[in-house]
Amino acid sequence: MEITKRKEKDIMIISVKGRMDAVTAPSFEEDMTDLISKGEKAFIINFSKLEYISSAGLRSILATAKQLKEKQGKILFAELVGPVQEVFKISGFYSIFQACDTEEAAINQL
Amino acid sequence: MHVLSTIKLPAKLDNLYRFMDVVSRCAKEQGFTQKRINEIELAMEEALVNIFNYAYQDNTGDVEVICSLNNDLFIVDIIDSGIPFNVLSHKDPDLTSDISEREIGGLGVFLMKKLTDDIQYCRENEKNILRFVINKT
Repeated sequence: MEITKRKEKDIMIISVKGRMDAVTAPSFEEDMTDLISKGEKAFIINFSKLEYISSAGLRSILATAKQLKEKQGKILFAELVGPVQEVFKISGFYSIFQACDTEEAAINQL
Repeated sequence: MHVLSTIKLPAKLDNLYRFMDVVSRCAKEQGFTQKRINEIELAMEEALVNIFNYAYQDNTGDVEVICSLNNDLFIVDIIDSGIPFNVLSHKDPDLTSDISEREIGGLGVFLMKKLTDDIQYCRENEKNILRFVINKT
């Protein structure tokens, strides 16, 4: 798994590439916790290059979202594809998270 | 029933990819699509990680994964000698609660059920045997 971060205005845009599984998900959560503790409050997670996600990945997303909620922060997802879309659907994640087709749309939503 | 491959390794997260590689390769040889292989991998990860985390408590132990073929059924047996644990007895998670109430516990099992065509559990000779059944057609 590869994580790239960039900041646009006040928004952190996080792109995740590869697999978010039981082995790799903890490092996503660590990175996010670190950014939140540094005061970041608005996140867009771009999953266009994420090929695989398991419940361990979902857990790290949920943990991140809970931290953000306490600080009145926001998290949005963009460009989910194939298997990740399917897992989000099965897990009912679309009912708790907003997902946009493009990164620009997500930026406008936030 | 015709056994395609067997792998037995210590129940440790470090071995996750080795287990998954064997199952993916078998599934590929059986002509499954990449999408279906992905789903089988995901179901496998959920089952294995449960075992790594809970089966042996403070002790160590092995997991054995056996891929086999029964006519048009691709079968993956996941066997451990840990504490009796029937994952199928888990209640399905509440998929409607909001972020603060949402719990992840049970989601892995739910994914397993959704991504396989059938799933069976039995306890035999002090072993947990979890069986994934995947239709080839």
